[in-house]
Amino acid sequence: MSTRLFKVWRGDKTGGQLVDYTVDVQDGMVVLDAIHQIQREQAHDLACRWNCKAAKCGSCSAEVNGKPRLMCKTRLDDFVEGQTITVQPMKAFPLIRDLVTDVSWNYTVNKKIPPFTPKPDTNWLMQQRDVDRSQEFRKCIECFLCQNVCHVLREHDLEDKFFGPRFLVRVASLEMHPLDSLDRTALLKDEGGIGLCNITKCCTEVCPEEIHITDNAIIPLKERVVDKYYDPIRIALRVLTGGGKK
Amino acid sequence: MSDSTSVLDRKGLGVTSRHDTWWLSPLLVFLGLVAFGVYSTWAAWQGTNYLYTGHGADYLSPFYSPDVHSLLGIDVPFSYAFLILWIPLGFRATCYYYRKSYYRAFFLSPAACAVGEPAGRKYKGETAFPFILQNIHRYFWYLATIVVAFLWYDAIRAFFFTGKAGNIHFGVGLGTLIMLFNVIALTGFSFGCNSLRHLVGGKLDCFSCSATARARYKLWGGVTILNLRHMEWAWVSLFSVGFTDLYIRLCAMGIWHDVRIIH
Repeated sequence: MSTRLFKVWRGDKTGGQLVDYTVDVQDGMVVLDAIHQIQREQAHDLACRWNCKAAKCGSCSAEVNGKPRLMCKTRLDDFVEGQTITVQPMKAFPLIRDLVTDVSWNYTVNKKIPPFTPKPDTNWLMQQRDVDRSQEFRKCIECFLCQNVCHVLREHDLEDKFFGPRFLVRVASLEMHPLDSLDRTALLKDEGGIGLCNITKCCTEVCPEEIHITDNAIIPLKERVVDKYYDPIRIALRVLTGGGKK
Repeated sequence: MSDSTSVLDRKGLGVTSRHDTWWLSPLLVFLGLVAFGVYSTWAAWQGTNYLYTGHGADYLSPFYSPDVHSLLGIDVPFSYAFLILWIPLGFRATCYYYRKSYYRAFFLSPAACAVGEPAGRKYKGETAFPFILQNIHRYFWYLATIVVAFLWYDAIRAFFFTGKAGNIHFGVGLGTLIMLFNVIALTGFSFGCNSLRHLVGGKLDCFSCSATARARYKLWGGVTILNLRHMEWAWVSLFSVGFTDLYIRLCAMGIWHDVRIIH
């Protein structure tokens, strides 16, 4: 049986450090297995949030060798043999302890988004092709890796001006729903801060559900905002025809 | 215990815990775009050798198409390329893929995912001048499509050669194939545009609600197929347009000789 050196962040908001642990490696092990082994055998008080260990609950988000990833979906054999594996908490969120961060800001943002609102007397029959787009976005497991890697939040701390990719995806799932009746374009432009996104696609790169966040959600929403606020011909036509309702 | 160094609280250019070669991709993009920028600027300044008519060929450089001088009969005190190139430049500069590329490679905003940015910058994204102008991308698409139409005309013209007796006949030279490849690459890039994807159908919430919506769904699907490889189309078309100019230029200068495949 081989061993692997791990450096795991230990500490809380007052300070901390990377601590070395040597882990016995077995075939098929993922990083979360290693963290559990450390908890079981070396550091019983190591704090780590997890639940399903099947990449479906979105709980075990962390930064493995600097990359935002689900620990349960990161196999040890993805790394070069002998390479030290560093595990740190998500940088964009306030640290609670060790690998656990406070992601409650996300739920505050979620409440700002008007929910699905069907028209009165809706015919609930839908064609598959009309809901394909929303269904892609419904794959989101709310791991918040996209929020963590987004430089608007991570580097510039613009939480008060920007919803972040996760919630742009949620807005997209509602805006593109064939039976929804609301127009959230103004929300996107102002409170949602979609203009702050410079579409560098890091959110798409880290999404464990492989949702095309940038191309299928954010860019289409940006184009809808352009329709309403930046396209001079459309604005003129809308003024002339009195249009604009969804 | 190991050292107490951590990037949890530190920010600044290049701050990261990544162990991989995250800097390689932005570096390659930087070099690629600079190389193209230097060459295209030089070629545009030349104002000569953009048309090859040797051995009856009719090859026009894409940097100088449409041939404004011939079409409109106007003279300008600078290279004709400058009448044209602002359109593809604007189209590429506002393209969603290129935005990602140069925000990363030139503005380091960020250079790579989970890598720190230069400190002290007040970030406004695309909400303020000049980047708020990215929102007019669709207008550059309209203009670029006109240019692509002229490039198709040029590519078709490249299949016809003038004989010694002045007769026009079908033929294929290496330049013909290069021009054809170039216009196919440019079409693949232009028609995979994210703005076009929105305009043709993406803006609809219901794809099944009318015959028009169903037709637009098919168009949206077609653009989506090209859009999935938008990055690849962007790079292939960028280098093909540069190489097409280079080939025609070197043929016009007599340095290269066009190979005639079908006489």
